[in-house]
Order: sequence, then structure tokens, then C-alpha cells
Amino acid sequence: MAKDQLMDYQKALETYEVVIGLEVHVELNTNTKMFCGCANVFGDEPNTNVCPNCLGFPGAMPAVNGKAIENSIKIGLALDCEIAATGRFARKNYFYPDLAKNFQTSQYDEPIAFEGKIDIEVPSGKVFTVEIERAHMEEDAGKLTHVGGSTGRIQGAEFSLVDFNRAGVPLVEIVTKPIYGAGDEAPELAAAYVRSIREIVKNLGVSDARMERGNVRCDANVSIRPKGQEKLGTRTETKNVNSLRSIERAVKYEIQRQAQLLSQGTAIIQETRHWHEDRGATSSGRPKSDADDYRYFPEPDLVPVQPSKEWIEQLRATLPEKPAIRRKRLQELWGFSDLEFRDVVNSDLLDEIDDTVKAGAKPQAARKWWTGEVARIANSEDKDITELAITPSQVAQIAELVESGKLTDRLAREVLTGVLAGEGDPAEIVAKRGLEVVSDDGALLEAIDKVLAEQPEVLEKIREGKVQAAGAVIGAVMKAMAGSADAARVRELVIQRATEK
Amino acid sequence: MSFVNKSASELSAMLASKEISSVEITQAQLDNIDRLNPKINSYLTVTHEIALAQAKEVDELRAKGEKLSALAGVPIAVKDNLTTIGIETTAGSKILKGWIPPYNATVVQKILANRMPILGKTNMDEFAMGSSTENSAYGPSLNPWDLKRTPGGSGGGSSSAVASMQAAIAIGSDTGGSIRFPAAVTGTVGVKPTYGAVSRYGLIALGSSLDQIGPVARNVMDAAMLQDAISGPDAMDATSLPESLGSMTEAAKNDSVKGLKIGIIKELTGEGFQAGVSERFQEALDLLVASGAEIVEVSCPSFQYAIAAYYLIQPAEASSNLARFDSVRFGLRVMPEGAATVEKVMAATREEGFGPEVKRRIILGTYALSSGYYDAYYGSAQKVRTLIQADLAKAFEKANVLVSPTAPTTAFLLGEKQEDPLAMYLNDIATIPANLAGVPGMSLPVGLAKEDNLPVGAQFLAPAREDARLYKVGAVLEKLLENKWSKKMMDFAPELRVN
Ligand SMILES: [Zn+2]
Repeated sequence: MAKDQLMDYQKALETYEVVIGLEVHVELNTNTKMFCGCANVFGDEPNTNVCPNCLGFPGAMPAVNGKAIENSIKIGLALDCEIAATGRFARKNYFYPDLAKNFQTSQYDEPIAFEGKIDIEVPSGKVFTVEIERAHMEEDAGKLTHVGGSTGRIQGAEFSLVDFNRAGVPLVEIVTKPIYGAGDEAPELAAAYVRSIREIVKNLGVSDARMERGNVRCDANVSIRPKGQEKLGTRTETKNVNSLRSIERAVKYEIQRQAQLLSQGTAIIQETRHWHEDRGATSSGRPKSDADDYRYFPEPDLVPVQPSKEWIEQLRATLPEKPAIRRKRLQELWGFSDLEFRDVVNSDLLDEIDDTVKAGAKPQAARKWWTGEVARIANSEDKDITELAITPSQVAQIAELVESGKLTDRLAREVLTGVLAGEGDPAEIVAKRGLEVVSDDGALLEAIDKVLAEQPEVLEKIREGKVQAAGAVIGAVMKAMAGSADAARVRELVIQRATEK
Repeated sequence: MSFVNKSASELSAMLASKEISSVEITQAQLDNIDRLNPKINSYLTVTHEIALAQAKEVDELRAKGEKLSALAGVPIAVKDNLTTIGIETTAGSKILKGWIPPYNATVVQKILANRMPILGKTNMDEFAMGSSTENSAYGPSLNPWDLKRTPGGSGGGSSSAVASMQAAIAIGSDTGGSIRFPAAVTGTVGVKPTYGAVSRYGLIALGSSLDQIGPVARNVMDAAMLQDAISGPDAMDATSLPESLGSMTEAAKNDSVKGLKIGIIKELTGEGFQAGVSERFQEALDLLVASGAEIVEVSCPSFQYAIAAYYLIQPAEASSNLARFDSVRFGLRVMPEGAATVEKVMAATREEGFGPEVKRRIILGTYALSSGYYDAYYGSAQKVRTLIQADLAKAFEKANVLVSPTAPTTAFLLGEKQEDPLAMYLNDIATIPANLAGVPGMSLPVGLAKEDNLPVGAQFLAPAREDARLYKVGAVLEKLLENKWSKKMMDFAPELRVN
């Protein structure tokens, strides 16, 4: 595949203004699907959670999942949206083998929620208000797996398999209005926006919000125009960018790619593009025009959704605090400096640390572990932290073991490695690998006596009150104990032993 | 053999008194099917074993003294667009040939719960698109009154089965007249209930906002009993009415029309209607007036746009409903020449699996929904729908029920209109408004047209949820006519010689 030429990012921003628009699909975690009673579960055997309805069999009819409507309204309310007095389902007609009925039951001109807004803080500390155009309900499609061929894409595949377990899973699609004026921070804003959406739906409890499982998926629209030009540039839509880091990179890539094309007089093609995490680039998908005709019409098999005012107010009363307010509260609660807290938010670790603290860890310890060792490992493995196989409660357990003196920092890092390798919970790993700090004073004293006997001059110095001299003994003892000793305790014992003798 | 001439209500009484068994009735019915069906083609599938097993089961239950429903043991025919577990369901289309549904339509489930043996699945125009059964992929059904003629469509399988004693009662579906027109041209009673009165779950959809399942029978009481058996709210159909509409069986016991205001729809009489049809229709009205009913004239000017609106809405919905027939999950799969892609397989399958009328309507509906045309076509058609509802609401302020001939003519000859889709569409002029407005309608036989000795039907309409009014007036008119003729409608029918 020919490599795109990219303009230097800062140079691109000098000449062009960036306009982005974001469409985020949130998979709801209802027990059952949107329009049938099939289980909504990730990872089951293919085509086991299916029925005549979600397979689009002749004669089957949809029945709306009330919980999905409730959750959609909650999302709308959390985004400061108006909730429609009458929301109608519509059919979006197109043929695709993962779409059982060859139409998607969605919403068109009467979405359940519309006209909202959300404040988004970017890493520089600047706050942008992103306007929400609409949030509407729809069903997910099945999952295609393309077999054969080198790319795993439909082109070149020998055949494709469809898993309809995902067909009919409830989705809420949140669409922003065009976002202007983010300048060189547009990529960060895009990622921060999706981070906030993820945080909101997670805190509402309406979605598992795991991007790596596709619970939250983002399509990023990017266009650029020469500064001062009123007419919007041609946009591209980069599909299914499935991590926050990728969103940032994909938006940045598109800005640079488009800037290069425009600067050499080449027109931008309106199209969908695919993001390739491996080579950090987008590639052309199918051309998309405004004439893409989905022949929307009101779904005749469903009656309109008409949530009562009372119900909406009841739901509003159950909303958790807004992300910005929550952040302020947590920073105060944890006593983090502005710098520390921003680092936490930008590393996308707020929920992890919150959960770790809730599991019993001290805030600074939780912060230290997540932004330190865990983040380092994720980085070295080129993964999102959420992709690592460690839970907040496990981190809390490690922090607790250190806090109580049962582990040294070095041992704790070893335990962490064990957890990530799937060896079990921290306590099990400590036991299995024999990592616990030697707290048996007898063993320590034996080692201390041996070292002191070998270094009588040090013993003398300590006795004279030159306590710093103990450092050499401690070092030697720790070495003798292969690090599995608590240095502070060793120090205590050395001084005690020296003065006794 | 005389069992097969009995009505469902007569059979019900005979079963209750243990005068006969369900197995006897069912066997006699199957024998008659085996004799007539090869010629008339009412049934696409005859389910001998299933029917007899069900009959045996209900007989055993009755012997044990189990409390059974009124129609328990009375065999029934089911239109082939309702899904039936274990029984091939094609909706008259080649694209579903051999498809055995894994689930039952709600109506089928109710039939089974009522312990009515299922005789088989009846023929129909492909996906219910047509007025003659000539669009069936499996050949047309013939009209028992004249085998050269159509038994109407799309439910000509059910109407011809009931008219030729191959079933006492049958299930039909009515999107623009598919129950009522076949009833009119075969001398049977057909009812399209209020939209939502009967669950559509498991009905292979044509026009989802128009489709309604209903009874086909040889008299008003039988239709009433069957409507009672199949109607009611259903969580599987979001458009099903949450409330019950009361007992149609009770309504069909009515014996008076004194003070009933009957509105004649001005736009559905006179010009364009066959003389013999108009004559019988007028005669029926005279009988009702003589019994104390009052005739008022009402006008529904919007009806002139009904066919145009219908032939936008119905194909639009059908184009979407039929998109699922793509060979991926069920039904026919045709491999194209050369390298197969999923698009090519879908296209080849639909090219071969769908008949010309289905393709015509898919193209029409796809066009009507296209961006840039939506407002002019689908949007305007929906406005006409609102106008028709308003006209009917106004008419029902003046009258309790409305009346017109069910169809402009008696049964037409097979092949007569097949090359002229517009002429075929115009046939539904009187029946379509009820579907567009969601109101109930009944076609009742009112005698034979003198020029061709073929059955004529009168259609009554009532406001939504007032289906009982149809049965009340229908029951009285039926009695008045039978008294006048000194026999039943079916007694006029010629003896069928099929060998
Ligand atoms: Zn399902």
C-alpha cells in the first residue's frame, strides 16, 4: 500500500483550520438485546444467543427492551440533552451480510435525545464545550470474520463467517455538532471527549465501556480548510478507532494527510477510512457521498417511544455527578496536586485509581502504582492500560502488602509481574513465589552477626554513635538475604545488635 | 362425507355432544382435500399426519372430560404466510421453497392452544402481492364456482378451500383486501379485523402498517368464533391492541338492526360497478331497511387517492420487509456464474427467487423511499392516509357502519388481468381504505349476479375497535337473505366435478 505523505503537524496548523465531528457508539450492558429476549453477552460461542428476531427470520417482529430505553434516556440526560416527547424508530435500509434483516432498526428524525453539551478539558488545562447534536438508539449488527487472505479484511478473503450474537445488541449513538477552534489540540480534544463519554456511561452503569471489546467505538470526522475560508473542507470519516490513543493519533494523521494533499492541490475525497494501529496510518475505505441513500422510513412494527415527564425527572434524579464535578471532588479527596491530578486524568487512570482507593489503597499509593509501574509496563508492551490483566483491587492488594511491610517495592514489582502473567491474586503469588519479606528476626540476626563479625571496624563506629556507618552492614545483609528483607527492620536490628554487644 | 358441508359452529356442537369425533371430521376433510386439491390447488401443503394426530389428541382429551374451547377439534386451513413449526412455509414464493420455520406465528400458537387440527397451508399470491393467486410461484387456485375463474387474491387458497368444502374455516391475511375480495368472489365470509386486534407475529410481512390476520368462513358465526379464538394482545407484536374487543361470538347472535344507521359510501357505488353487483347490493340494503335500519349517504372524497397511496406505502414497506431474503440465513441460495461474492449471491438468489410482481413492487417501493422522492411519494401517501382516516371519522359521525360492494365485479377469468397490473390494482378500490385507516371490514355474500351467476359480496366497515358492529349487522343480513332464498349461499354453488 502506497504510503501517504504527511505535512509537518505544526506547519499544517499554521495554514489550516481543523474541524472535527465525533460519532461514538456505546453498547449498552442490558441483560437482553434491544428487540428480543436473547442474552446480551460478550464472548459466547458464535450464534448461540440468537432467535428468529435477531436472525431476521420471516414473520419475526421486534419488541422493545424497556431497560435500553431507560439507559438511553440516562445517557441523554447526562449529556444535558433534551429528551424527546416522542421518539420514533426508523429503518435504515442497506444490504450487508452482518445485518440480518438488511435494515437496521435505528432512529432518524426523531431521536430519543438531542441538543446537549459537555465540557471537555484537554491536557493543557483548556476547557472546550462540545455540543451534542443527538443521541439515538439503534441495534448493533452481527460480527463478520473474514477467513483467508492476508489482511483479515473482506477484500481477498476466501469466505466470511457471521456471528449474530452481537446482532440486536442495544447501541446508543452520540453525535457531536462540528467542533471548531480546537486548533492543534483537536486530536487531544477528540480523545478527551471519548474519554469523558466512556466515563459517563461507565459511571451511569449503562455500559461496560470497554473499548477493547468494542463497547465504546468512535468514528472520527475530520476536515480542514485554509484559515479564513468560510466553506467547510471535504471531510473523511475514520471508522471504529478503538482506543483513546488511536483516536488522537488518527485525527492527527488525518490532519497531516489532508494538509499535505491540499497543499499540493489535490482534492480530498469524501470517504470512510480505516485506522491501522500497527502502522499508525489510515487507509481508504469505501467512498461515501451525501447521496448514500438509506431510505429511512418510520419502523411500522414499533410504536413511538413516549417517555413521560415524570419518568424523565425520576431518571434525572438518579444521575451520578458530572465528570467535571467528580474530578474536582476526587482531587480534593485524594489531596493530589494539580500536576499530579492532571497526569492521572491524561493517563486515563481516574477510574482505576478511584476503584483502587475504594478497594482500600491510600490515594498516593494507588496513583504511584498506576502512573508508575503499571503505566510503564503498558507502555513497554504498547498496550492500553485497560488491556492489561490487572484489576484495581489487585493493585490495592499490592499497595497494602507494601504498606504493611510484607513486601518491599522490589518484591512488589515482582508480584505485579506475576499478576499480569495471570498467576493469580497478589497474596497467592507471594506464597507461590516465596516473595514475602523475611520478617523472621532470627534469620536476619544470623546474617547481621555474620556481617558484623566480618567487619569489626564498622561495629566499632556504630558503637561510637556513627550510625550512618550501619549503611554498609545493611547493604551486605540485604544482599545476603537476596533482597527479601525489609531494609528498615534490618537497620533497627543492626543498631540494636551493635549496641548490645 | 356430509361432515364436510357442515359449518364450524355445527361441527363444534356435534363434537361437544360427542355425536362425532374430531378424527372422523378431520379424515373426511382430508379425503375431500385429496379429491379436490389436485384440481383446485387450494393447499400448497396438506398435513395429513399432523392433522390426524391433533384430532386424536383432542378426542382423547374430550373423552377424559377436559374443558375444551368452542372450536376444539374443528379442523382449519392456514394461509401459507404464517410460520408453522415443522411445516413448510413459503408465502407462495420460490425463494422460501422448502423452508421449515423454527417457530410458530402467534395465531398458529392460538390455533394449537384451541386444539384445532391444522389441515395444511393454503395457496396465495407470492408474499400476498396480488388479487388472483396468479402470482403464486406454485400456480393459481381455481374458483369452485367456475374453475376458469380466480378465487380472488391474495388469499385465494383459503377462500377456495372454504368454498369447496376443503375446510370449514381458514385463516387469511388482509393488506389491501386479501381476505375480503376472495370472500366476495367465492361466496364466503371474510373479515379483516381492526389493525392490532390479531397479533401479526409470525405473519410474513407484506406492508407491516396495513397487514392484518383474520377469519375466512362460510357464515358469520363461524367467522366470529374464529376471530375470538385468534385475537387478543400479544407482547411479541408491539402494534397489537392492549385491550380485548369483546366477544364477536356474542355479537353474531344479534337479531335486530332496528335504528342502525348504515352509511352508503357515495364514492363506492354506481359507475364502474358491474350491474349485477349493484343490483344484489341494493337488494341487501332494501332488506336491512325493511327490518328497521336507516340508510344515510356519506362521502369520503379522499378515497379517490386511496389506491395511489396504497401502491406507494405497501411497496415501500414491502421493499424493506423483503430485504431479508438474501440467502444468508434461510431459503433459496443461487450461486452465480463466475467468482461468487456475497453481493452476487444475494442478487442471483433474488433474481431467481422472486416473481415479476414482487420485483415490480420492490422497485416501486425502493424508488418511493429514495432520498429526494420520499416527501413526494411516501410522505404524500401518508398524508392521504390521514385524510382517509378523517373522512371515515366524519362518516362514522353520521352512521354506525358503512357499506359498499366489496369489489366492482364478480370473479374475473384467470389470465384476464395478468398482463395489466393497473387493472388488477383497481380491483381493490373498495377494500384498500380500511387497511389505510386501520378500521375493520367484513365481506358478506349477498347472492349471485344475474349476468354470470357468480357470487357478489357486500362490504361493511366499522370504526376501529368496533368489530362487533360488523358481526351484528352481518348476522342479521345473513339471516334475512337466507330467509329470502330459503337456502344458504353455498347451496347455490354448482356441484364440483373434478375428474
Ligand atoms: Zn434474539
